[in-house]
Order: sequence, then C-alpha cells, then structure tokens
Amino acid sequence: MTALFRFWSSHRGELAGLLGQHVLLVVTATAAAAALGVPLGIFAARRPRLAAPLMAAASIVQTIPSLAMFGFLLPVPLVGGVGARAALVVLVLYGVLPIVRTTIAGLRGIDASIREAGVAMGMRPRELLRQVELPLALPSIVAGVRVAAVVGVGSATIAAAIGAGGLGEYIYRGLSMVDTTVILAGAIPAAVLALAVDGALLWLERQLSARRRARSRRAAVSFAAAVAALALLSSGVAARRAGGKIVVGSKNFTEQNVLGELLAQVIERDTGLPVDRRLNLGGTIICDRALTTGDIDVYVEYTGTALTAIFQQPVNTDASAVFTAVRDLYARTGRTLLPPLGFNNTFAILVRGADARARGLKTIEDLAAEAPHWRAGFGYEFVGRPDGYPGMARAYGLQFPAPPRVMDLTLSYRALASGQVDVIAGDATAGLIKGLDLFQLDDNRHYFPPYDAAAVARAETLLRYPSVRTALDRLSGRISAADMRAMNYAADAEHRDIRDVAREFLKTLN
Amino acid sequence: MAVPAIEFRDVTFRRPGRPPVLDRFSLAVESGDVAALVGRSGAGKTTLLKLVNRLLVPDSGAVLVEGRDTREWEPIALRRRVGYVLQDVGLFPHMTIAANVGVVPRLAAWPPERIAARVDELLDLVGLPAAQFATRWPDELSGGQRQRVGVARALGVDPPVLLMDEPFGALDPLTRAELHAEFRRIQARVRKSVIIVSHDMGEAFALADRVGVVEDGRLIAYDRPAAIAASREGHVRRLLDAMPAVPR
Repeated sequence: MTALFRFWSSHRGELAGLLGQHVLLVVTATAAAAALGVPLGIFAARRPRLAAPLMAAASIVQTIPSLAMFGFLLPVPLVGGVGARAALVVLVLYGVLPIVRTTIAGLRGIDASIREAGVAMGMRPRELLRQVELPLALPSIVAGVRVAAVVGVGSATIAAAIGAGGLGEYIYRGLSMVDTTVILAGAIPAAVLALAVDGALLWLERQLSARRRARSRRAAVSFAAAVAALALLSSGVAARRAGGKIVVGSKNFTEQNVLGELLAQVIERDTGLPVDRRLNLGGTIICDRALTTGDIDVYVEYTGTALTAIFQQPVNTDASAVFTAVRDLYARTGRTLLPPLGFNNTFAILVRGADARARGLKTIEDLAAEAPHWRAGFGYEFVGRPDGYPGMARAYGLQFPAPPRVMDLTLSYRALASGQVDVIAGDATAGLIKGLDLFQLDDNRHYFPPYDAAAVARAETLLRYPSVRTALDRLSGRISAADMRAMNYAADAEHRDIRDVAREFLKTLN
Repeated sequence: MAVPAIEFRDVTFRRPGRPPVLDRFSLAVESGDVAALVGRSGAGKTTLLKLVNRLLVPDSGAVLVEGRDTREWEPIALRRRVGYVLQDVGLFPHMTIAANVGVVPRLAAWPPERIAARVDELLDLVGLPAAQFATRWPDELSGGQRQRVGVARALGVDPPVLLMDEPFGALDPLTRAELHAEFRRIQARVRKSVIIVSHDMGEAFALADRVGVVEDGRLIAYDRPAAIAASREGHVRRLLDAMPAVPR
C-alpha cells in the first residue's frame, strides 16, 4: 500500500496527465455516443420495424471484445490505426447501444394520454418531441448515458493497447513488468473514476426524474458546466503530453518499452525535437500498421520477426542475409531499417534453474527426453508463428502430453517460476531470467532465426529530420545482450523507472 | 338559420375487422349550445370527439366544423379552434400549472406578456387563483383541481369550440356538483359551442342545452333535457332509469 502511494507521488505529473487523457477520452466518446444514439433512438422509437434490427446490430457490436474491436479497426483508413482517434471510435460504438436502448424505452414509456393531449393541443410532431416527449424521456436517456460513460471508463483502459494513453497505460506497463503496484496505480484511479462518473450521473438522473423542471434545468446546466470544465482541464493536462513531432512506439513488453524510451531520449537529447511516446502498443502487427499509417515514426523491430511475421517470408537462419532481405522489404514500403543495435533477442527456451541443475539439462535436445511428462506454456505469438512452436517441435522431436498452454508472455515467466508450467519460450534478453533463476537451453541445432534488434523508421520522417537519423545511429552496435538483460532486470526485477534506466545507460555511452 | 358550429353528416367509422363504431351518425350542434352525448362505455363517444379535431377522419360521410369539412382544414389550425379536455386530463407532468395552461398560446407564438396575462385570467376563470397555483405542479393538485386546469388549458387561445371527454368522470359527487356549477358559470361567460360526452345521464341534464343518446353507433335521440326526460323510447328509458336521482 505504501509502495502504491510512493509510486503515485513520484509520478504525480504523469498520473495527472493520464487521468486527464482518460477523462477526456470518456467525456468526448460519451458526448459523441449521445449525439449519435439519441437521434437514432428517436428515429427507431417511431419505426418499430426498424428498431428491432437496429437494436440487434448495436447488440452485436457490444459483444465484440474491445481488444478485438481495436484489431478490426487497425487497417481501416480515417477511423482506424492507433492512437486516440481509433480509441474514440471504439468507445463511441460501445456507448451508442445503451443510449439508443434507453431513448427508445423512455419515449415508449410516455403515457399515451399525455402524447394525445399534445397532439390535440395542436402540437406539430417536432413540437411534441421537444416540448413533451424528450423532457419526459430525459431521465431514461440520462440512465443510458450513465451506462455508456461507466462502460467507457472501463473500455478506455484497454485503449492504452493502441496508444490512446489514459490510465490503462499503467495497467499495461504493470502487466509487462509483472508489477502489481503499477497495475494498481492505474486500476484504482480507473475504478474510482468509474464510481464517480456513475454517482454523478445517477444524481443528475434523480434530479431530472423529480419532475421539477426549473430545478432540474438548473441541475442539468450546472452538471454540463462541470463536465465542460473537467473536459477543458483534462484536455489542458493531456495536451501537455501530446502535440510532439516525432512519435516513438514500442510493443508491449519491458525490453520494448526500455528501447522505446532510449530512442525517445536520444532523439530529444541530440535533436531538441519534441518526442511523443506511444509505448506499450499491442504486438508486432499493431506497431507495423502504426508505422505504415504514420501514427508512429520509429520503433525497434527484430529482423527475424520482421521477416516472418510482417513480410511472411520463410524462416532463414543466416543473420546477415535476413538483415539485408528485411531492409530491402522495408525500403520498398517507404520505411528504413537502421543498422542493428547490437544484440540478438532470439527466443529463449527456458526451464527452472533447479530443474536444469538436477537433470543436467543444457540444450533443447536434452528437453526432448523430459517433454513427454512436462507442461509447456507459450505466448500467443510463439504458438502461432512459423518460426515458433510448431517448427521447433518438429526440429527437436518434442512431444508434450498436452497442447501448450497459451498465456501472456510476461506472465509465463511467473508461471514457470511458480511451477504451473515446466517450460516456456521467453526472450533471450529478459531480465527475469536472472531475477527468477531461470535457465536458457541452448539452441544447438540452430533452429531459431536471428532476431537482431534494429530501429525501423518512416523514410519520410528521416528525410524531413536528418538529425533524427544521426541521433538514432548513435545507438547502432552499442547495446549488447548483457546491456539489454541488465536494463530489463533493472526495470522488471528492481522495478526501476524505465526513464531512469534509459538515462543512465545513455550516460555510459559517452 | 346560421351554420351549425359542428355537424356530423352520415358519418361511418370502423376499426378494421370489427363492427362499425359509428354507423351513419348525424348531428348538428348550434353555435353557443352545449350538447351532451350519453351512451354506455364503448358506444363510440370518444371517437366522436376525435373526429371533430381530426385526430381521426371518417370512413364515409363528413364532419364539418364551422361549416368546413375537417379533411379540408389544416389540422393544426383546426386544433387551435377546438379546445379539448381529455378523459384523464393528460396534464404535462413536467410543466407547472401556468406552463400547462399557457401551452397553446405558446404554440401560437403569442408574446410572453400576453401569455402571462391570459394564464392569470384563465386560472381566475376556473377558480384557481394564479398567485396560489401558477407555480405548482400537476402532481401537487387534487383531482378536481386538475380537471379545472384541464378546462383552462383547453380554453388557452379562446377557441370557439370545446370538446370534453367524461370531464368529471373520476370525481367524488360533491366535487362533481361543484364543478358542474362552475362549468355553467364559465359557459355563461364564454358561450362556447360545446360537446360533452358522458355515460351519466344526470351529468348531461345538469350541463347541457341539448342531450343526445348514442346507441350502437347511431344517435337515437337528440332534444332538450325535458323532452328526453319524457321520452318513451326503450334505450333512452333504460339510461334514464339507471340514474340514481331525479334531475332538477
């Protein structure tokens, strides 16, 4: 608990920024969902035949898990990609359903004699809607807005996966560092925010259903003013973080975050250009799409990953041939692969140190004898990639009694250490290998292709800002596997701030 | 003779798949008269009123208001000339009493001072002093007070025609008698052409210049109260015999 408060107080500015982004995202998305959902609801309430299919469509949208929704939207032009815009689109799609539903319910719930009175008084349809139907349906509509806003606070945490910022950043950062304190640092404010939003809108709803127009109008006005002030404030706080020129991305694990921070700091230091950090983006494909669409300018990729996962080429074990092939493939799509940073983050087949010592395991070949009574746990990528599990099992004749458990990469280290699985595929540079006393089995048949880390940037950006290239080149060949493992260990096991880790490493380079 | 304020000419109205609600129904209400139409529940009384302000249109025949077929009237203009007091009042629960009474003048885009003056005048007319009632809410009023507001609202822009659907149906006998007296007092001042529908012959006698009896979608009798009271016609007698007390 004290660790949590220490974290908050040492990250005050960042916390305020993320909270601001979160609030801004939710307020904007909910307002847009209401602007869309209320007219749709009015439209559907009057046309029962349209209402059913509309509700069905909205319900289907609601059932799509938000992470999958972000995935669908990645390649879509204009609304897709990564960043706050795509997140807004998803949050709005989620928010529309409850608002449409309660708008319809509110309008249909109006006493027929009241509506008839309006018509008989000579109200035109529009006058009836504005003077009678909408005021009476308002409490119900606000109830829908409340649901949309509370769902929005939750979904917005997931939006951090595509670089929209917000409190989810702490949750993802914490997950990738396996650090509960950091997860809670994001999760608790998000929960409090959800409760606060729920409470505030419930209060408004009660004020409105009290059928006291004058009073409820005052309540609505003061509420709207409070929301506007909050949104303005958050956009102020959020704007201080955004608005940079060079956007650095990274995938969602510690090493990538450290490398992203290194790129960002070296650009800031040597070029003086403002840098926007979009760290912790989902996986390889998300980063690649973001780079293609221009949502980010640079991130660190691994040559073997680029070859097979991005360009769908067959596995190749010759490091320099792979680098040349990947550089050419990138060049054809308007991107520049810079020289390797100096370390090869190949897959590491890991077992518990105690097991390795007790059974004398040294290589993956040795694993074949243990496999029939061992359980394996692998990350999503490793299971699916051609250079991952299926090929490895063939190359080494591995036969596990059950299919490998598929789990989050960063959680698999803990799962191995705590005995839930017996073998995992981690990263060769993972700090936790040292921290958790894990042992890396040697790839003695050279099954795994090279995964040399190298920055890949938009050619356009490098042309416009030649100084960025000069700055990035300063890192080329300077980061050894030992350096990387040490930095990962500092971040993962010692829970040090990646900004400090990166800064200290940069100092040693001079 | 002058053009009747409201006239039904051979009006037939049916709901799909049911016997006709109105079957060649004819009636003429003279300007300034109060006509009370009496019949059992389901005799088509509410339908009659809705045909007058064009909430419904006849299947055959014609309804004329001030000598003009309702189908030729612009519906909004027609409804501004026809005040309507609903069976269950239908006050707008989200509006104050003053706002409810001022609703039609507001729709007619009167200037605010004129609306305020008219609302005060109407509230005084129905015996609810504006100072005391204007800012109150429908759910704070008794049933009788709500009925008075309903009448005041219907009179908003001083329409020449007034339709009242079981206006005093749900009230206790004392309040009812009080409102009957009030209605006669108001009518003496405003001289509207009025159709009241009711299932209660006593009410008809208390309020109307002419009483009509509706049975199976037709008008089987229409005359002065005294003449109706003396009728020998079977349906009329049955309705008269159902009355709890002798009318004045």
